[in-house]
Amino acid sequence: MDNILEVKNIKKSFGKTQVLKDISFSLKKGKALAIIGSSGSGKTTLLRCLNFLEKANEGTISVNGEVIFSGSENQKLSDSEIRKNRLHFGLVFQSFNLFPQYTAKENVMLAEQILAKEQIKKNGEYNGYKTIKEAYEFIDNKAEDLLESVGMKHKKDFVPCELSGGQQQRVAIARALALNPDILCFDEPTSALDPEITGEVLNVIKKLAEKNTTMIIVTHEMGFAKEVADEVMFMDNGKVEEMGTPEEIFSNPKSERLREFLKTVLRI
Amino acid sequence: MSFSQQLPIVFEALNVGFLQTLKLFFVTLLGALPLGLLISFGSMSKFKPLSGLIKTVVWIVRGSPLMIQLLIIYYFPGLVFQNNIWGSGENGRFLAAAVSFIINYACYFSEIYRGGIQGVPKGQQEAGQVLGLKKNQIFFKITLLQMIKQIVPPMSNEIITLVKDTSLARIIALQEVIWAGEAFMKGSNGISGQIWPLFFTAVYYLAFNGILTLLFGKLEKKLSYFK
Repeated sequence: MDNILEVKNIKKSFGKTQVLKDISFSLKKGKALAIIGSSGSGKTTLLRCLNFLEKANEGTISVNGEVIFSGSENQKLSDSEIRKNRLHFGLVFQSFNLFPQYTAKENVMLAEQILAKEQIKKNGEYNGYKTIKEAYEFIDNKAEDLLESVGMKHKKDFVPCELSGGQQQRVAIARALALNPDILCFDEPTSALDPEITGEVLNVIKKLAEKNTTMIIVTHEMGFAKEVADEVMFMDNGKVEEMGTPEEIFSNPKSERLREFLKTVLRI
Repeated sequence: MSFSQQLPIVFEALNVGFLQTLKLFFVTLLGALPLGLLISFGSMSKFKPLSGLIKTVVWIVRGSPLMIQLLIIYYFPGLVFQNNIWGSGENGRFLAAAVSFIINYACYFSEIYRGGIQGVPKGQQEAGQVLGLKKNQIFFKITLLQMIKQIVPPMSNEIITLVKDTSLARIIALQEVIWAGEAFMKGSNGISGQIWPLFFTAVYYLAFNGILTLLFGKLEKKLSYFK
C-alpha cells in the first residue's frame, strides 16, 4: 500500500506540558483524514508540526517514503531543503491569514511568483519557462483557474477586507493549492465563520475530496467529517485514542473517551 | 531703515537659515529611517547580549536631552582627544549636528518600528512560512507594508517634532533659521534690536509642517484600501 504520509512517534512539549504524546499514523494518497477531539487534545499542534510551524521534539515524518523530519537527529538543513520539505504540505488556517494588502489573485500568485523568479535566476528555468515573463503568465492563468475552482474568480481583484469570511477562506484554499502540495491541511477551516456560510467552504473541501486530494482536516463539524473523510482520527489528551473509518468511529466507537466525546458533541 | 526696507533683507537671511534647517531635517530622515529599522531588529533579536545592548543604548539616547547629546558629540572629541573630528566652521557643525540627530531619531523610530512590526498578526508570518517564503521575503513582501500602514500616525508625529527639534542645533551655533532670526536682535546686515524676525521664523515651521501634515494625510488615505 502506498502511504503518502507516515508519522511515527511524534512527541511535542511546551515547557513542562507534553501536548503530543507519541503520535503515529499514516495516510494513503488521495484520502481525506479528519481529526476530531476536544480543545487542547493536540489536534492543532499536530498539524503545526506537520507544517514545520512547530518543531516536534521526537519522531519522524515521511512523505512518499522520504524522511523529511527527524527529531532524533540534529540535522542541519539548508534553507532550500527546509523550503522543499515545507512545500509537501499546504495549510489553511482557521483565521484565513490572507495578506491584506494584496488582491485575491495576488494572494494566490505571490509565493509561486517568488519561487519562479528565484529558480529562473538560479537554474535558468521554472517549470519549463525560461523567462520571468512567461512564468508569470503561466502563474497568472493558474491563479485564475484556482480561483475559478473555489468559485472566487469574479472577486479576483478584491482585497481581503472587501470579502466575506467564507470568501476569504475560499481564496485561502486556492492560495494553499497554488504550490501543488502533496497534502493539504485544514486547521478548523470553518470555526471562524458564521454558521450560515460554513457551507460554502465545506462544499469546496468536499469537491477537493471528490478529486482525490490528499487532505488532513482538523474539524469540529462532525457531520462533515462523517460525510467527507475516508478516515477519522479521534485525539484525546495528546494521543490517538481511536482511528478508523467514519462508520467505525461514529457508529461503533470502542473507547470510553470517544463515546463520551460523541455524546457531548452530538447532543448540541 | 524703514520696515519695507528691512523686509527683503530679513527674508533673505531667514531663507538661508531655513535652507540649513531643511538640510538637517532631510539628512536626519535619510539616516535615521533605515538606521532605526536596524536598531529595531537588534532590539527584537533573540540573541540576548545584542538586544540588551541595543535596549541600553536606546534608553540612554531617549532618556537624555538631545541638547546635551549635541554638545557632547560636538565638543567631546576636541576637548578630550584634542582632535576636532568634525572639521571647522559651519560644515563641521552641520556634520556633528546631523550625526547627533540621526542617532537620536533612529532610537525613537526604532521603537515605532518595533510596535509596527509586532502589531502585524503572527498569522501573517506563518502564512508566509507555510508557503515556503524565507524570512527576508516575508518581511519585505508581507510585513513591511502592513507595518508602514500602522506606523504612519506615530511616525508623522515624530517627524513633525523633528522639524522643530532642528532648532536645537543652534546650541552649537549651527546657522539654522532661528539663529538667523535672532541675529537681527544683536545686529546683522544693518538691522539691530528687532525681535519680529525671530518671531517670524515660526511661520516657516508652521508652513513646512502644514505641508508635511498634508503629505501624511495623503499617505494614510493611500494605504486605507486595505485593513
